[in-house]
Amino acid sequence: MTMQPRTLFEKIWDAHLVKPPTSETPAVLYVDLHLVHEVTSPQAFTWLRDRGLQVRRPERTVATMDHSTPTTPRGKDGKIPILDKQAAAQIGQLETNCKDFGVELHALGSERQGIVHVIGPEMGLTQPGTTIVCGDSHTSTHGAFGALAFGIGTSEVSHVLATQCLLQNRAKTLAITVEGKVRPWVTAKDIILAIVARLGIGGGTGQVIEYRGSAIRGLTMEERMTVCNMSIEAGARAGMIAPDDTTFQYLNGRERAPKGNAWDAAVSKWRTLPTDDGATFDNEMKFDGPSLEPMITYGTNPGMGMPITGVVPTPTNATLEKALKYMALEAGKPLLGKAIDVVFIGSCTNSRMSDLRAAASVFKGRKVAAGVRALVVPGSQQIKKEAEAEGLDKVFLAAGAEWREAGCSMCIAMNGDQLQPGQYAVSTSNRNFEGRQGAGGRTFLASPYTAAAAAVTGKVTDARTLVGG
Amino acid sequence: MEPIRTFASKTIVLPIDNVDTDQIIPARFLKVTSKVGIGKHLFADWRYDAAGTPKADFVLNKPEAQGAQVLVAGDNFGCGSSREHAPWALVDHGFRAIISTTIADIFRNNALKNGLLPIVVDAATHKKLLAAPGAQVSVSLQDQMLTLPDGGAIPFTIDPFARYCLLNGMDELDFLLSHDEAIKQFEAKM
Ligand code: SF4
Repeated sequence: MTMQPRTLFEKIWDAHLVKPPTSETPAVLYVDLHLVHEVTSPQAFTWLRDRGLQVRRPERTVATMDHSTPTTPRGKDGKIPILDKQAAAQIGQLETNCKDFGVELHALGSERQGIVHVIGPEMGLTQPGTTIVCGDSHTSTHGAFGALAFGIGTSEVSHVLATQCLLQNRAKTLAITVEGKVRPWVTAKDIILAIVARLGIGGGTGQVIEYRGSAIRGLTMEERMTVCNMSIEAGARAGMIAPDDTTFQYLNGRERAPKGNAWDAAVSKWRTLPTDDGATFDNEMKFDGPSLEPMITYGTNPGMGMPITGVVPTPTNATLEKALKYMALEAGKPLLGKAIDVVFIGSCTNSRMSDLRAAASVFKGRKVAAGVRALVVPGSQQIKKEAEAEGLDKVFLAAGAEWREAGCSMCIAMNGDQLQPGQYAVSTSNRNFEGRQGAGGRTFLASPYTAAAAAVTGKVTDARTLVGG
Repeated sequence: MEPIRTFASKTIVLPIDNVDTDQIIPARFLKVTSKVGIGKHLFADWRYDAAGTPKADFVLNKPEAQGAQVLVAGDNFGCGSSREHAPWALVDHGFRAIISTTIADIFRNNALKNGLLPIVVDAATHKKLLAAPGAQVSVSLQDQMLTLPDGGAIPFTIDPFARYCLLNGMDELDFLLSHDEAIKQFEAKM
């Protein structure tokens, strides 16, 4: 019997059906890995308690603290002080919940703590062919490994805790192909900002994206994570990239990856995952790699992006008009040269070693401009350690930037790090919504190169002209 | 949860596209461990000034908006963060339905679990509703029908299983738990 050619998404979907969908009921989909953090889980654990339920598979559940945790430097006692009482209570609640339900927890300041989407891959928990969920929309990051990974709400967190399953309707598939070699200084962040700018913030709704083509194949795992991370910024359910040797090399030897014979067996299984020749997608979209430019956003959603050398567009609708008013920007003017107040380098989009190295290459031998605050926030404690071993912290500190503990920090402004009303920031994070980085704050999303270049010049700058492209 | 069948309400109109969940409830209000009273933070940065005083020109603060249970919003409502605090805040404030042309995936899922109906209508109906704040509409989940003041009946679709749960006051978790045997069998084959 010959099998119908299938896409990567379809293979993973089919392999995780506890019960296929019917005309009246959605599919019951098995979840291989459930990641948990402090902000979207407390109510779910409470409901479990209220109903006398247990966590069905504690060994498939891993928790960390990242969103409401401070990233301020440690005190003399080696501890990270939590000044916000409400945040402290929420963090304490996660500790209690994990203890009561037997869930592995990487607590604040511990060796493996970090942003949930950074530590999963780092530990080797994120593996090809698996289903991964978390009460967080950027769970799409894990799709970089050829996993089906998506964000869920707190009710669904309780469903997965109690049953290790989710009720799901099957998404449509969207192939996004980027062919050709991207030019120097055009990073994975620029690729995804260009994709989101074209798709628009709602353009991916109801669909799972598979990123394909030579430009995608040529990316490292860290870069692939940056791309998949922002799939949700186009409204997509998930984003994924077929696993290949780059994937296997990254995973090989990681503490939670299979070892010995189990590794060999896993790799041969993983090799069967990529989309079959002849499989069809519901929708397709193509991008030309060599024509992509370093990107920056000008508006109040990640779809409002343009090449950094571009000019702010003239509003054609009320939404864009409102966005430009909030950003206090004038249509027809370039962003290059616009004075900024804060630079944030971090978040689950761009806080890994290669991002920090890129930023450091710009900071090296330069100083943060007078009046500018620059924060560099590693995605995990492991990255912090590795960066310090390489001396990157010294580069940041010598330049006058802040070097922080691991966490979400100014990506979400619920942990003490935030913009003041009216301030402009160039940020390597993923959302420029009104107030996202602090009430009244204004965000330009860009790559680590662009962010670091803004930090040292005090204005929006094309890193190519600063460092020499 | 109480079963939902039919209700009638006036609408309030928020004619903004891509209302993201960071606007529905900003992150600084997510440091909670329950959902009690969360409605007071609904649209906080649009609704209150820096001193916490309600802004008179924001639709939720207008006298005629009081008691409205149906929110008509621009395209692509609920995009962004997966926070279920967004539907919690809307429900706690008193909303029972959101009408738009598209509703973001995660928000739609979260809304349905909290008895908040995500109603997607065609562009022409949407335009009509956007132009008529305060319109008296009625919503029948049973018939999946939105009735407009001019008598126009606009069909909408709610995921059949979510609809069944809402109509019967049933919890999706109970349904999942009833699959224990099938889950065990699946796990045995892994
Ligand atoms: S870094 Fe930002 S986007 Fe990523 S998980 Fe944290 S808050 Fe969410």
